[in-house]
Amino acid sequence: MAISSPSEPARQAAAAGLAPAGRAPSRWKEFAAEFAESRLALLGLALLLVIMALALAAPLFAPQNPYDLAQLDLLDARLAPGQRSAATGKPYWLGTDDQGRDMLSGILYGLRISLGVGVASTVCALAIGLALGLAAAYFGGWVDAAIMRVADIQLSFPAILIALILLAVLGQGVGKIILALVTVQWAYYARTVRSSALVEREKEYIEAAQGLALSQPRVILRHLLPNCVPPLIVVATVQVAHAISLEATLSFLGLGLPITEPSLGLLIANGFQYLLSGKYWISFYPGLALLATIVAINLVADQLRDILNPRLKR
Amino acid sequence: MLAYAIRRLGQSLFVLVVMSLLVFVGVYAIGNPLELLVNPQADAVERARAATALGLDKPLLEQYGLFLARAASGDLGRSFVYGTPAIQLILERLPATLELAFAATFIAIAMGIPLGLIAGLKPHSLLGRSIMAGSILGFSLPTFWVGLVLIMVFSVQLGWLPPNGRGETVLLLGIPVSFLTADGLAHLALPAINLALFKLSLLVRLTRSGTREALLQDYVKFARAKGLGPARVIGVHVLKNILIPIVTVIGLELGSVIAFAIVTESIFAWPGSGKLLIDSINQLDRPVIVAYLLVIVAIFVAINFVIDVVYSLLDPRVRLGATAGAH
Repeated sequence: MAISSPSEPARQAAAAGLAPAGRAPSRWKEFAAEFAESRLALLGLALLLVIMALALAAPLFAPQNPYDLAQLDLLDARLAPGQRSAATGKPYWLGTDDQGRDMLSGILYGLRISLGVGVASTVCALAIGLALGLAAAYFGGWVDAAIMRVADIQLSFPAILIALILLAVLGQGVGKIILALVTVQWAYYARTVRSSALVEREKEYIEAAQGLALSQPRVILRHLLPNCVPPLIVVATVQVAHAISLEATLSFLGLGLPITEPSLGLLIANGFQYLLSGKYWISFYPGLALLATIVAINLVADQLRDILNPRLKR
Repeated sequence: MLAYAIRRLGQSLFVLVVMSLLVFVGVYAIGNPLELLVNPQADAVERARAATALGLDKPLLEQYGLFLARAASGDLGRSFVYGTPAIQLILERLPATLELAFAATFIAIAMGIPLGLIAGLKPHSLLGRSIMAGSILGFSLPTFWVGLVLIMVFSVQLGWLPPNGRGETVLLLGIPVSFLTADGLAHLALPAINLALFKLSLLVRLTRSGTREALLQDYVKFARAKGLGPARVIGVHVLKNILIPIVTVIGLELGSVIAFAIVTESIFAWPGSGKLLIDSINQLDRPVIVAYLLVIVAIFVAINFVIDVVYSLLDPRVRLGATAGAH
């Protein structure tokens, strides 16, 4: 497996002015086989796929629309798991919250928001970090110094503190929490890309591409970029889990998403006040869903790290 | 060495100025400072007086200078809710936060290093594997959810420990502390464990990998060949050598413990500065928010400065490589 360093054909292709991308399908097969070596990782992947399917198809699976106040019955408020609705006689498998909202439906819709915010912020942060990291490595000099200094300073503060400061100044909202998450994440990608791009930049295929007088954007985007991607995949997977966890924490503290779009963190916060009176299910089950999501992503990320790390190659 | 410390100090001051500029721009230039810093219930006369006092009629650059001068003299406005100076409010709450942070760090060290040693000495045993599995869980679980589960199990189900508050405090050097009374200790237990969990997992991993590497070194083999008992080999030869990176990480993590205390304090209603921040955000008590931000940034800059200087004393490579900006 040579995903992390350009293989011989890729190098020849680069020298001929072709992109080193375009891998043979057998690469993917090999990749899949290596991934499947860990049962735990496969389990994580399966769990993750189920969670993603449930989140995407929440309106199909959920017994009720938790945002439609007309469907909520206050007489059904704070029912324990398994109890039946007073009006319809249908059971609430995971109980209801203080508004009479079915927890199962709330969790399915909450997963959509949590995953959506996590993925959206990771993609944005990845794009920004990638661009800045590549620029820092390729141009060097003061561009490098300026970008990395900002990243250094930012990384010396814990992510949660920076996100809290931003949200305290900006206020609530989906856009604002994504902005906060992007702000705390971009530096990880910029650092990762820069360090692998610095290594790749010195290699012959870049020299060859430059020798062919290819334009600078073409050298960076078609030759340098594809070879810096593997370590990024690992960082991005881990960061999705971090982003979801951070968003849940911020929403729990009442700083993340508005009450009209309850993510898992907000559902947990909502049930917190009832925890002391023994009504555990309002907080506990959303927490379990959050936990399953984060653990599944981490299991997949661990295996990806092992596969893509050239130092662990047999 | 001195040159490095001075250069690093300059950098710290630069960060402080940049952060104060960001806070200033956020509060004074983008938002309406009158709306942000004057009580919304104040009448027109009071608003006009506040506007003159804050110097809002002056040019922006001069306003920033005034803001810095006021901040440097500790005047960061009065809390809308409590009516007392914001900075005083924060300094009153800080000891509770520090007590929690130190208690958590103590738990993490007292449990993390022994557990990491066991996992490192017997990596393939059932015990070693369980410890590692536990540390992976400790990394994955969101702090606030662990806090909820702790309350659910130990306060609601078992009724062993109180779920909120600080309990009975006694004065130690004029500062109220909880850990010297039985009631206070019971109140401290759950939040401290909650806050410690992440650091504990980190220390277990660090100690384990350090131990595994140290066991392969020649000095350990030699110590064993000399006929020293396992207790002395591990207690003196292994532990002494793996402690340097561990101590560094504990120092580095002190700041993040204080930051994460914001979450733990909110869950367990621990009356520290972190809970004050969240309460102030929810009550729109903005002078306290601004003051907290400046205080916490100052604490962080100070911690980072001390760590970097101490580290450069321990490891000369840091000093030499510092100009490249890579560490």
